[in-house]
Amino acid sequence: MGQIKILNPGLLTTVQDEGRVGYQQFGVPVSGVMDYFSYKVANILVGNDEKEAVLEVTMLGPQIIFEEGTVIAITGGKLSPMINGKAIPMWKSIHVKKDDQLSFGGMKEGCRSYIAFAGGINVPEIMGSKSTYMKGKIGGYEGRPLKKGDKLKIGSPKESLLKLTGRAVSAKYIPEYKNSLEVRVLLGPQEEYFTEKGIETFLSQSYTVTNECDRMGFRLDGEEIEHKEGADIISDGIAFGAIQIPGHGKPIIMMADRQTTGGYTKIANVIYADLERIAQAKPGDIISFKKVSIEEAQSILKEVEERITAIKKECVAREIIDTKEYRLKINGKFYEVKVEEIK
Amino acid sequence: MYRETKYLIAGEKALVIEFGNEISEKINSKVRAMMIAIEKNNIEGIIEMTPTYRSLMVHYDPLKKDYHSLLKQLQLLESQMDKIEIPLPEVIEIPTVYGKEFGPDIENVAKHNGLTVEEVIKIHTSREYLIYMLGFTPGFPYLGGMNEKIATPRLKTPRTKISGGSVGIAGSQTGIYPIDSPGGWQLIGKTPLKLYDAYRESPILLGSGNYIKFVAIDENTYKRTEEAIKNNTYVYKKYPKERVGK
Repeated sequence: MGQIKILNPGLLTTVQDEGRVGYQQFGVPVSGVMDYFSYKVANILVGNDEKEAVLEVTMLGPQIIFEEGTVIAITGGKLSPMINGKAIPMWKSIHVKKDDQLSFGGMKEGCRSYIAFAGGINVPEIMGSKSTYMKGKIGGYEGRPLKKGDKLKIGSPKESLLKLTGRAVSAKYIPEYKNSLEVRVLLGPQEEYFTEKGIETFLSQSYTVTNECDRMGFRLDGEEIEHKEGADIISDGIAFGAIQIPGHGKPIIMMADRQTTGGYTKIANVIYADLERIAQAKPGDIISFKKVSIEEAQSILKEVEERITAIKKECVAREIIDTKEYRLKINGKFYEVKVEEIK
Repeated sequence: MYRETKYLIAGEKALVIEFGNEISEKINSKVRAMMIAIEKNNIEGIIEMTPTYRSLMVHYDPLKKDYHSLLKQLQLLESQMDKIEIPLPEVIEIPTVYGKEFGPDIENVAKHNGLTVEEVIKIHTSREYLIYMLGFTPGFPYLGGMNEKIATPRLKTPRTKISGGSVGIAGSQTGIYPIDSPGGWQLIGKTPLKLYDAYRESPILLGSGNYIKFVAIDENTYKRTEEAIKNNTYVYKKYPKERVGK
């Protein structure tokens, strides 16, 4: 079993998994990763169960030293990962040796990266999950974001490191994170609390992500959305991606660390497939909303699952059997060529 | 209560069953009954539920059951509710020391309402309070039914730290802080019971739709109870609530 040491935690690095399921009735938030797609793919790349815990990195990545060799994969926002100062590809499994250092350069695209380790992260499960719930001081590593000097135990990989190395996701599956995005929504549960004009504004105007965007929610700015009477309701449940409109008329998208219940009207819910793009949005980015039906939303969800299954198949099929390196001279120029023999 | 229960869409992975648009014990008991009925029927695809004042949020996996089939199944279940046996709600006793450092604001509450401290305790302990829902922080109960005679406005300046177990009054609401947190409630007492312990087998002590009853204890009993809880030997006092009007 290996171990990693945090030399520098970056801006906000936490241990997250699928989330804490089954405790919302008691007021315990689900938490878990913000971007499910990147999370699941990262685990697939290193041969883990898809629900294994990973590190979620925000905006500025951490600096980590490996105390034993392992295989890692980095997915999600382009935060320029490097091993020993040399850029490494994302969406690909990478073999790291003892004493190698992982660090991150600048943020190029997106906002959150996911680091998966072959064998997963060995932290205790609290209420069935390894996710860090910072406000409740539970889960992850001592219930808090990582700090300089923390040491995390890494589990034993399911397959040999050699077998896991070189898995990659085809370019067609790798998301692009743009500064302007249209997300699909399902109206409700309180769309009746808004005037026709209010719904029209919501679906036609675009909104800017403000500085107040974190794991709990994204506050947006833009044209006011009109209520019929008031913005308050008798508190009810809040699902991931719910869009609350408080009295000021500006949307708040509820994210992973959202509270379980709340008393503001919810005009709509972002569909699951598009939450991963909200998770990668940052202050200044523009969001607009497009209405879909429940049938469409549920069939899109199926497509997402199928996409993940396809990636899994491809990754396993791309297992590298042998690597050869050549030095070629073409027209007087030297080229280094690496050839991978795949299964 | 609505004539016809509303089924509302809350994204493609959750729906809300709403029984009315007011805070009432009758509506809340519907929420509890529906939740128990769903649990008993073990409906495939349902992941978990969030009961609130007047509605039940059902979180489900659409890959296992699509919206329309789930809706049909839930509506059918609702129509058969009379045939499903719903157990009586439970009352759990909350031993509480009133006054002194345990409840530094009890004099305020007494003075504000023209009562003696003893009268405040008597009124506060004389009722069973319905737990409408849990939320805000892990295990925080939204209680209903406090006697208006002891209603007192919140503190003008909230405290930065209130220790877990503190019992307070805010307006015509009463409640218990499960964990240390800031807050502006008038503190009247403290219970040694732990409403929330992440490392306990059942991390949350209370359940929505059930009731609590405050029971005044002295400081010695508080210390003994606290010790018993630490050693896992404390026996919680619970009993079924009597059915009213039947």
